[in-house]
Amino acid sequence: MTTHTTARPAAKAAAKPATMAQALQRAMRDAMAEDPTVHVLGEDVGTLGGVFRVTDGLAKEFGEDRCTDTPLAEAGILGTAVGMAMYGLRPVVEMQFDAFAYPAFEQLISHVSRMRNRTRGAMPMPIVVRVPYGGGIGGVEHHSDSSEAYYMATPGLHVVTPATVEDAYGLLRAAIASDDPVIFLEPKRLYWSKSDWSPEAPAAVEPIGKAVVRRRGTSATLITYGPSVPVCMEAAEAARAEGWDLEVVDLRSLVPFDDETVSASVKRTGRAVVVHESTGFGGPGGEIAARVTERCFHHLEAPVLRVAGFDIPYPPPMLERHHLPGVDRVLDAVARLQWEAGS
Amino acid sequence: MDSLQQRSSTVQEPPGAALAYRPTPPPAWQPRTDPAPLLPDAEPLRVLGTDAVADADPELLRRLYAELVRGRRYNAQATALTKQGRLAVYPSTTGQEACEVAAALALEERDWLFPSYRDTLAAVARGLDPVQALTLLRGDWHTGYDPHEHRIAPLCTPLATQLPHAVGLAHAARLKGDDVVALAMVGDGGTSEGDFHEALNFAAVWQAPVVFFVQNNGFAISVPLAKQTAAPSLAHKAVGYGMPGRLVDGNDAVAVHQVLTEAVTRARRGGGPTLVEAITYRIDAHTNADDATRYRGDSEVETWRAHDPILLLERELTERGLLDEDGRREAAEAAETMAAALRERMNADPVLDPMDLFAHVYAEKTAQLREQAEQLRAELDAESEAG
Ligand SMILES: Cc1ncc(C[n+]2csc(CCOP(=O)(O)OP(=O)(O)O)c2C)c(N)n1
Repeated sequence: MTTHTTARPAAKAAAKPATMAQALQRAMRDAMAEDPTVHVLGEDVGTLGGVFRVTDGLAKEFGEDRCTDTPLAEAGILGTAVGMAMYGLRPVVEMQFDAFAYPAFEQLISHVSRMRNRTRGAMPMPIVVRVPYGGGIGGVEHHSDSSEAYYMATPGLHVVTPATVEDAYGLLRAAIASDDPVIFLEPKRLYWSKSDWSPEAPAAVEPIGKAVVRRRGTSATLITYGPSVPVCMEAAEAARAEGWDLEVVDLRSLVPFDDETVSASVKRTGRAVVVHESTGFGGPGGEIAARVTERCFHHLEAPVLRVAGFDIPYPPPMLERHHLPGVDRVLDAVARLQWEAGS
Repeated sequence: MDSLQQRSSTVQEPPGAALAYRPTPPPAWQPRTDPAPLLPDAEPLRVLGTDAVADADPELLRRLYAELVRGRRYNAQATALTKQGRLAVYPSTTGQEACEVAAALALEERDWLFPSYRDTLAAVARGLDPVQALTLLRGDWHTGYDPHEHRIAPLCTPLATQLPHAVGLAHAARLKGDDVVALAMVGDGGTSEGDFHEALNFAAVWQAPVVFFVQNNGFAISVPLAKQTAAPSLAHKAVGYGMPGRLVDGNDAVAVHQVLTEAVTRARRGGGPTLVEAITYRIDAHTNADDATRYRGDSEVETWRAHDPILLLERELTERGLLDEDGRREAAEAAETMAAALRERMNADPVLDPMDLFAHVYAEKTAQLREQAEQLRAELDAESEAG
């Protein structure tokens, strides 16, 4: 897949600068306008436009058959999407919150992820499951989970998460265009992050599976994604005072994993820290650290470190700042990279 | 019961008389749908042995008979193949052939069938190659056919999860303007799963052209229906969703065919979904791995053997002069030919390519899968070099 641009009809009420939520909405709108088989369904996605307003206006513009308020049943939503995909539609499903996608896991794991495989390619599942995920918005229990490790552990799924407004557009377009199921994790605390990206300008469709170096550096690589990208960018700025010149790699796609970009970066810097919100034990960081070690062992000056959420159920809002890896924890890890053998 | 009554009689009247607050009655309430026409009849529909059978097309009756005989032989052959180790497992539908065959024959070519793991026979009766239908149970691949080619979804192992798929497909077809109907099959145990509820609810709300077909064969492995539900019948569950429920004698092939055809026609005309419950019985054990004597008695099985779907139809056709000795022999011979071919083809070892493991995980292999495929390739090469 190559990066390309799409010319799109002029936006109606394009607020400038655009937010990530608007970019996502724009991506669905453009996909629906271009391809009549694209359907959006989920709880409250129609009249309300989704609880985060990401599907705002789609039902009005495309009708309730294209943007459908479903009964309140996640397994039913994803299960019916499977049937719709069997008949040639491209369903884009919204799960209202990360932890409310769990009733749909059965469908996801038993059917969505393996339908292509079990039918020897005859029955692809071009489904996008959009999941607002992660914390930092003061949500009560079940509104802040980072479930990416569960999705990553299931072969047959792509797992994608944007960190910028531009990527939100570009990756969602690519996800909808993909003939395979894509878990599209939306960092909900970045929904209102802004950028100069204008919904009127043609935007790049980003290929799935390519990480990007957000910041060049020489002394260590921060490997991160989604809501932790801005944290790492800030940490990199702060680390300059300590004499550290940090490189930041935004993975954008957890499956497939861009070993090439990540290894190239770590081979250049010789040190790496993986940063994410999700729990550390059994979390994505373990897999990433292992991959980096396998590929870059002789280039490493120190063990690959992980900065992750604690291994606890997501805490209540008043405590979440203690759980979420912030700039300080990242800097602490960076300091530990001055590792000496035997220490 | 007695103790309950006793207890309630000792409950003191609350000092309600002293209540100053009186709730206002709610605004006039109307049910959204008149439940009466949705309710199933008290008795399962029977056609065989009644005058109604005279209305049936003799061609259809003969076809049903031939398919039942072939189906029974297919069940016997597949069961024998498990004993020879040629099939890993076979969930038999002996005793349930009327349901399987009627399900297949109630559909037009453009319609879709959503079978469960038990419904190989329905797929075969719909025209699927018997060997392809057994691929999953043989253990060589998860699905042995292209679902689009036959409009048969993969045999579904997790219970009831294919039901929402049927709803989604039917819904999509209707949105496209195609008059396609989906028939989704499920067992009595499967009706307890959440997916059953969600599928029925979605179908009714969307008025999707789906027919839900429950084969109530008495048991979910070992658990009898009484431990599965407290509803008057499984067909009664339809009313709560706003769709009609229909009860039918599942061993009466003509009745099952009639009820399913009506439901399919209704769905095709935009009338929405129907829930059909067929009362039948699983004569064989759950699968070859099950010991049915642990949970049911021989006398129960014998009662049901006397109500055998083939016997019922054979008796009726013979009495009506639609079937004679020649007709019976013809059907038996056709079944035998099918069984011999199946036996022979299943005796050949399936040829599998281990590299297929990576072939259909994604449309395009990821770098990781390419690497793992190379690793396996090297292992296979080393193996073959070592001889
Ligand atoms: C979700 C799920 N849970 C459990 C099982 C294991 N299981 C396989 S068959 C079966 C009983 C099914 O009974 P029923 O739905 O009545 O269908 P029948 O086998 O009688 O056709 C069970 C519990 C399963 N396949 N899927």
